[in-house]
Amino acid sequence: MATQHSRLAARFMVAPSVGFLFVWMIVPLVTTVYFSFLVYNLLHPERQGWAGFDNYYYFLTDRAFLTAVWHSVALVVGVLCITVVGGILLALLLNLPFWGQGVVRVLVIAPFFVMPTVSALVWKNMFMNPVNGMFAHIAKGLGLQPYDFLGHAPMLSIIGIVSWEWLPFATLILLTALQSLDSEQQEAAEMDGANWMNRFIYLTLPHLTRAITVVILIQTIFLLSIYAEIAVTTGGGPASTTITYLVAQQSLYGNDVGGASAGGIVAVILANIVAVFVMRMIGKNLDA
Amino acid sequence: MGQITLNAVRKCFGEVDVIPSIDLRIEDGEFVVFVGPSGCGKSTLLRLIAGLEDVTSGGITIDGTDATELPPAKRGLAMVFQSYALYPHMSVRKNIAFPLKMAGMTPEQQEAKVQSAAKVLNLTNYLDRRPGQLSGGQRQRVAIGRAIVREPKAFLFDEPLSNLDAALRVNMRQEITELHQSLKTTMIYVTHDQVEAMTMADKIVVLNAGRIEQVGSPLTLYEHPANTFVAGFIGSPKMNLITGIEAEKLGATTIGVRPEHLDIVDSGGWSGVVGLSEHLGSDTFLKVGTKEVGTINVRAGGGITLRHGDAVRLAPRPGKVHRFGSDGKALS
Repeated sequence: MATQHSRLAARFMVAPSVGFLFVWMIVPLVTTVYFSFLVYNLLHPERQGWAGFDNYYYFLTDRAFLTAVWHSVALVVGVLCITVVGGILLALLLNLPFWGQGVVRVLVIAPFFVMPTVSALVWKNMFMNPVNGMFAHIAKGLGLQPYDFLGHAPMLSIIGIVSWEWLPFATLILLTALQSLDSEQQEAAEMDGANWMNRFIYLTLPHLTRAITVVILIQTIFLLSIYAEIAVTTGGGPASTTITYLVAQQSLYGNDVGGASAGGIVAVILANIVAVFVMRMIGKNLDA
Repeated sequence: MGQITLNAVRKCFGEVDVIPSIDLRIEDGEFVVFVGPSGCGKSTLLRLIAGLEDVTSGGITIDGTDATELPPAKRGLAMVFQSYALYPHMSVRKNIAFPLKMAGMTPEQQEAKVQSAAKVLNLTNYLDRRPGQLSGGQRQRVAIGRAIVREPKAFLFDEPLSNLDAALRVNMRQEITELHQSLKTTMIYVTHDQVEAMTMADKIVVLNAGRIEQVGSPLTLYEHPANTFVAGFIGSPKMNLITGIEAEKLGATTIGVRPEHLDIVDSGGWSGVVGLSEHLGSDTFLKVGTKEVGTINVRAGGGITLRHGDAVRLAPRPGKVHRFGSDGKALS
């Protein structure tokens, strides 16, 4: 009886915060859904009224839409591949005992603390700039033609910048997972005749699956909403506009609140589809 | 075959000399137990033999070939760890088959070996479970299974029973002994529990602070301890080590009398008062405070009804008194 009583009390106690969170979530969502069915353009206040599914129709048939979807996928998958593989390698390296370990670990984690806008600016102006950038200087020093990264390969350049930002996060999570790997297991495998590669495949990697799952889930959420890096470096354009950026363009530059809301809802639906797939594929690793 | 020789093996961790210098010969088929208090270097010595630690100097020979520089996998030894060190994401079958897979055996050969090992160890019904779903004793058996499928030259056990409860420990102790009798492979077993050492070993190596105090069969160590350390370490309850006038009477610095070698007598001997009496049914353990030799432990028969505060006279059984010199070594 006591437990039932306390359970009831517990529900009663958490009710306000649950209710608050629900309102916090539902009000913007409902507002956005409502706006997405309106003719609502800030430049044309005189045009008002019900738009039906027109906003969705225009957003989905926009020539930029499919390319934007493709760019979003490229950004998420590209960054995930680079950060997970790179993160595992870096974590393995940092897990080795060496002199100055503490300092190096702090240095490796440092990029994560740099604001996206700042890091994108630094990369754009100090590294990738075809005239003054470091890469251009190196290319000239080697007698090569400087490459205009953001001009010729904008999506790849953005993937590079974002990977640089997120690599520390992946490394940090994977390093902590590596540190909890039982050393007796490693020794047992060593006695069982497993070489370094086999130990990595059969022991280390299975041990890391949960950490890798966490990295993929969290990064997917944040990578889908990447905005600053694109705005600062290329400002969108046909070669580097993602879904998120397309929505921002509609509302900010087009002043089309109705169309942007429709785009936002489309983005939410797409993100949820991705979430379902990701959870299906790798979420079961989180159970055990 | 499984004959292992240690030649002046020395191991330092930085400045600390964990094992100053050890010479030891382990014959093929022997069950050798390394026993000693914690921190005496017995686990380190086992890891040196396994190749998980490098020797600082000296040499290790296995079956006549120098193995000092060989990596662990090439030494042909199998080890059972204290934490079992099973691979948590693999089924029992895959755990046992892992060393075979690493050796490049075909799946059919692996399966046959796994089945026969599982039969020996009563694991047939658990082959598809994960280690996390097994009890402590079953995990222990899986770890042993993983060791026996390799058909190693020798088994190394690093305190394998210390994570089990008392009843299971007695069971597993007997199972390991039976396993040794059927496989007839060399086994080296590390423990801090002298009961395990006494019951299982063909040969006991008593270690203290990285030095071998005595090597011998369990009964040799019990009947003829080489020094006061071995005398105090082997045997339960502990041997009474007595110094002072009573020892000098026998021409020794220290004399040792085992609790079971003290008789309750009507006259003569040492007189004392019972401080504590533990009645176990089969035995009675008494702690007696005496004037002549201080507090001593006595192991008397189950029928003794002495209680706290009763007066008693004790006499050491003739011929069962061990005499030790000023350096702690036994006097002949």
